[in-house]
Order: sequence, then C-alpha cells, then structure tokens
Amino acid sequence: MKFTWFHLMPYRFLPEDFKEKYHSVWVDIPRDLYDPKVGHRLYNDYLDQLEYADAMGFDGLGVNEHHQNAYGMMPSPNIMAAALTRRTRNANLVVLGNSIALYNPPIRVAEEFAMLDVISGGRLIAGFPVGTSMDTNFCYGEVPATLREKYYEAHDLIIKAWKEKDMFSFNGKYTKLRYVNLWPRPLQQPHPPIWIPGGGSVETYDFCADHGYQYSFLSYFGYIAGKKVADGYWEVMAKKNKPLNPFSLGFAQVVAVSETDEQAEKDYAPHMDYFYNRCLHVYNGFADAPGYRTVKTIKAGILGQVGEQAALRREGLKWKDFVDQGYVIAGSPKTVRERLREAMKSLNCGHLMMLMQLGSMPPELVRKSTSLFATEVMPYMRDLWSDWEDKWSPKRDLPAADFAMPAPVHFQKTEVNGKARGSAGASTEARSAK
Amino acid sequence: MNTTVKLLNGKFSLEMQTYGSGGEPLLFLHGAGGLMPVEPFLEELGKDFKVFAPQFPGYGESTGSEHIDDIADAVLFFHELMDELGIPTANIVGHSMGGMLAAEVAAFDIHRAKKLVLVSPAGFWIDELPIPDLFAAQLTEIANLLFYDPKSPAAMLMTAIPEDFKALETMYVERVKRLATASKFLWPIPDRGLKKRAYRIKAPTLLLWGENDKLIPLAYAKEFSSRIKNTKLETIKKAGHMLMYEQQEQFVGAVRKFLKG
Repeated sequence: MKFTWFHLMPYRFLPEDFKEKYHSVWVDIPRDLYDPKVGHRLYNDYLDQLEYADAMGFDGLGVNEHHQNAYGMMPSPNIMAAALTRRTRNANLVVLGNSIALYNPPIRVAEEFAMLDVISGGRLIAGFPVGTSMDTNFCYGEVPATLREKYYEAHDLIIKAWKEKDMFSFNGKYTKLRYVNLWPRPLQQPHPPIWIPGGGSVETYDFCADHGYQYSFLSYFGYIAGKKVADGYWEVMAKKNKPLNPFSLGFAQVVAVSETDEQAEKDYAPHMDYFYNRCLHVYNGFADAPGYRTVKTIKAGILGQVGEQAALRREGLKWKDFVDQGYVIAGSPKTVRERLREAMKSLNCGHLMMLMQLGSMPPELVRKSTSLFATEVMPYMRDLWSDWEDKWSPKRDLPAADFAMPAPVHFQKTEVNGKARGSAGASTEARSAK
Repeated sequence: MNTTVKLLNGKFSLEMQTYGSGGEPLLFLHGAGGLMPVEPFLEELGKDFKVFAPQFPGYGESTGSEHIDDIADAVLFFHELMDELGIPTANIVGHSMGGMLAAEVAAFDIHRAKKLVLVSPAGFWIDELPIPDLFAAQLTEIANLLFYDPKSPAAMLMTAIPEDFKALETMYVERVKRLATASKFLWPIPDRGLKKRAYRIKAPTLLLWGENDKLIPLAYAKEFSSRIKNTKLETIKKAGHMLMYEQQEQFVGAVRKFLKG
C-alpha cells in the first residue's frame, strides 16, 4: 500500500456567510476575498506541510491544477512541485496534474515535466487530467465540444516528444510544430509514470486501460460513494483482460487522525464543515458545460463532484453522517486503521491520495494528524497488496552518489522597518483576524 | 412537412422542416436552442413563401456535427445545402446564432442571399454590454433571459421540466447535444470575426429585434447597421429574444413586408 500526501491548498479564511452571500467558490469568486499577504503565509505553510510529509515517510507529495478557485490555489502546480524538489528527498512528486489541453503548445508540459524530473532526480509522477469544466471551459475558455479531442491530441504529442529519439514534425489539428525536439528530456526513460486523474468520465477508464496508465479517482465523497466508479474501472480492466493490479488505481480520500474518536470530532468537524459547505459551494451552472461530458458518461449516471446534485447529497449532513457515509475516514489511529483497510480492500486500491489538510485546518492540527497517521497507521497498512508489483511509481534508480543535494541555507538576519525579517512574524490567524 | 436531406454521400443527414409550396424560397436558420417539432411562425410564413428550415447538424435527428468546427465549415455546409435544395439564391432568415450564420453565409458569397433578415442576431461583442452566459444559465434563469414575460405560455412551454425521469434524461441529453454544437460558434464569447467580413453583405438586410431582449440587447443593432451597407431596423414591443414566439403576428408581418416589399 502506498500513500500520497495530497494538498489542495485552500484559502482558509472565506467569510462565515460565504454560502449564503456569494455565488460560487470557483470561476467568479470576488477577487477582494483574497488577501495576498494571507496568501503568502498560506503558500509557505502548505509547502511546510508537504515537506513535513516527506520527512514522515509518505511515498508521494500531491499537487494539482485549478483556476479561479478558492479551495485550490494552484493555477500552476509545477511551481509548487519545483519548490518541493529542493527541500524534499524521499517522496515522489505527484503532479496530478497539468490539464494538457490548456497549454499552448502542449509541448510546454513535456518540457516542464522533464525539468521537474531532472531537478528532482527522477521522482516525478506525471498527471494528465482533462481538467474540470470550471477550469477548462469557464476559466480558460476552451470550447466544450472539442476539449476532449484537443486533450487526446496533446497527449499524443507529449508522449511522442518524450519517446522519439530524433526531432520530428507534428501536424495536429490543434497544434502544428515544425521542430519538436525536447531538450532537456526526462531523467526517467522514456518518461515518468503517468497517472490520469478522473472524475468519473467513462472514456477515461478505456484510455487508462489501453495505455497502461494509472487511473486516479479524485473524489470528495469518500470510498463508499466512490465504489461505483472504482467498480466501473475494474469492469473495463477485466473486460480488456488487464491484470487487476491495485496499484493501477488511485483514490483520493479525506483522512483525519486524532487521539480518540471523540477528539477527532472536536478537532476536525468545523474544518470539514468549512470544506464541504464553503469550499465546495460551486454554482451549478459552472459544473458541467454542455458538451464537457459525453452523452455516454451522462447516461452512465455518475454524479458530479460539485454543483447542485452534489450539494443536495450533502444537505444537512453532520459529522456522524460524514463519517458513517465514508466522506471522511476519521478517528483514533485504531479506527482509521480499520476503516482505511476496509476501504482500500473494497476499492481494490493501492495508491491512496490522502487529503489531510482540509478546508480551514490550521498548521498544528495538520501536523498532528499527519504525524499520528505516519506513526500509528501507515506502518500497519504497508502489508496490504504486498504481493503485487507497483508499476506506476518511479523506479528511483539514480545511484545515491549521483543524487545532488542543495547547499545548506544560511539566511541573513536583516531588519526591515525595525522588525526582523525571516523570523516568525504574525501568525496567519492573527493576520486574517480583521 | 418533415423530410430527410442527405448531403455529400451521407456525411450530413438532415432533419428538414418545410412549409408552404409556392412563393419565393425562404431558408430559416434557427438559434442555439434549435427548432421545435412544429414551428407555427414558419407555418404562417409558408402561406407566402416556400420555407426550408433544417435542424443544424447535432440538433434533433441531424447528424454530421463532427465535420463542422468553425465558421468556414458551417458556411460551406449551408452553400452545399442550398445547392442540393435547388435554391442557390434565397431569402435567408436567421435567428440569434442562426442570424450570425446567415450573415456569414451572405458575406462569404454575395449571391446566396436575395434578402437577409437577421433576428436578434449573435456575432458581435461589446465590452460595455456583455451578453449573459447562456451556457451557464439554469433552466429557471433561461426563461427570464429569453422572454419578455417568462410566465407567458410560450415561455412555459419552451422551458418546462418534465416530471418523468426518462423524459428528463432525454431532454437533458438533447439540450447538451445542441448547446455543445452551438459552443463551436458561441463559446466563450460569440465573436468569430464577423466584423471583418460583414462589409461583404450586399443583400438588403432587415434587423429585427425585440425591444426587451435581455440576451442580446437592442444596442447591438448598431454594430450591424454600421457595418452592413443596406440595413433597416424594426423593433417589436413587449418582446424579448424569442420575439417570434412572443409576438408571432407582428414578427411574421414584419418579415413578410420586408421580403415582399
């Protein structure tokens, strides 16, 4: 069993009446709700948390791409991954991913991923999502009817750029390039492992099965609701006579550990409420542009992650319901061990993407939950799926002697306006309390 | 009468509504919502004209939308269709997205339109007057955007939500199919460069607008009249974007008068 510590990087200080007063957390959220000084602190807190997860022995550090979104402040996950290359050693960098149809030309992704792979010493996992309708259609203006075709073409170009030994020309419908000549190329040859994050589009199962990619279902609904999608994926894999290797499925799950079940509720219930009621408050009209999902997917009846249907399902749920219905796996280490094992077995899932910083959770709680998980849960789950080979993680075959280490950091103590810079300044909480 | 028209060895198969039998040919290009199963305002026009109203590829039973990516594809599709129907020149009436396409058809080849009627057409964008995002609108909001009176029978009929689940799914899928096709011309902003080409339109052109159009406000008429040589503007009171349903008699009267005059 492998564990990726996955960050969404939410804005933690949306107003209490956000759901009642504001239209949507995504696409048209008012700009003045964002305070860049708070943002400065949050980005640095969040990078600290990912670095801590590396130190605590997690297998992967996860980042992803969203636009104009207050619960996902990473328009460019590659910038975060780049920051992580220097201050982490062990964990893989799971960039889930770049919405490749949005990059013009998409060769940019092949280049940046190659850079990340080289800087990190071959630790990159490359994610290629289509991207949500909010991100791709509404924020980036892609025509819904042709988004998927453009995505597949971008994929073909990137893979060819990584694999091809010689320079070539690419005459696509959306991208035309006379000279494709990737420089630098990835350290992992021919290319890093590829994971495809999905939200339940049935075409994605086939795409993963046919190319041998890992399918990552990024759900906020938890493992009980997610089983329908996992089963759909495994059904396609079985039909195509592919091995049902648990490591070919990733699943995102909210996980929160505390000393006891009761303490977990005290610690995490308000932050969960913030996440599900403020962060996921997305205007229904942005959830699914006409043509974004194919008719086949619509008819498969897979419900969206955001929008009206999703909100209705969560309506009136309390902590106990969220726990019982599997939205969150939370409680004492013992409870989490048991629930998580049951969950991973029921999904046949080998790569867990853990959402451990949820909504408004402050750094000290994130650290506690992460530390308890790493010491009291993770070691007891390592045996799961040990008879399967994980073919979707970096091989990490760079010899130790070749692994470059950053020089030690020596910050100069400087004074700005009579205050020491670089020391612990006002906390994020204090800054935002206005 | 409904017929099927095949083009280019079946590359396109089109659901075609025809009304009337005599008179000059009139080609009607529908808006982003597509045609209703029967169109009373076209029936009325059928008394004076031979009306052809195709469902655009991707709408209803019409297929071949995968062969149309942009304006040039759409224009050549209509040229081909007119040749196939034996009406290389016709009066062309287009509503909303159909107005945008009708203008393009007439601009690309000045011999196609005898006279042109653009009914609250799309095709331009004014920063100060952004057109509301129809693609993001919910059914309840759509009635309000499209109609002067969202509680009128016409509005209720067009935006009714079926109770039966199967019917709802069918409606939803059909709506997705239609708007997905429309997104090729209208997403994210309904401007595909008509302003560069509009000067080529030589046909006498009627701009017909509902005074209370909340989707494409009347102010847009000026964009058309300043770029097209020979235009005449007529407005209809107590009518929004769907003026032909809200004020059918005046709508039909204005079109008839212009085309016969």
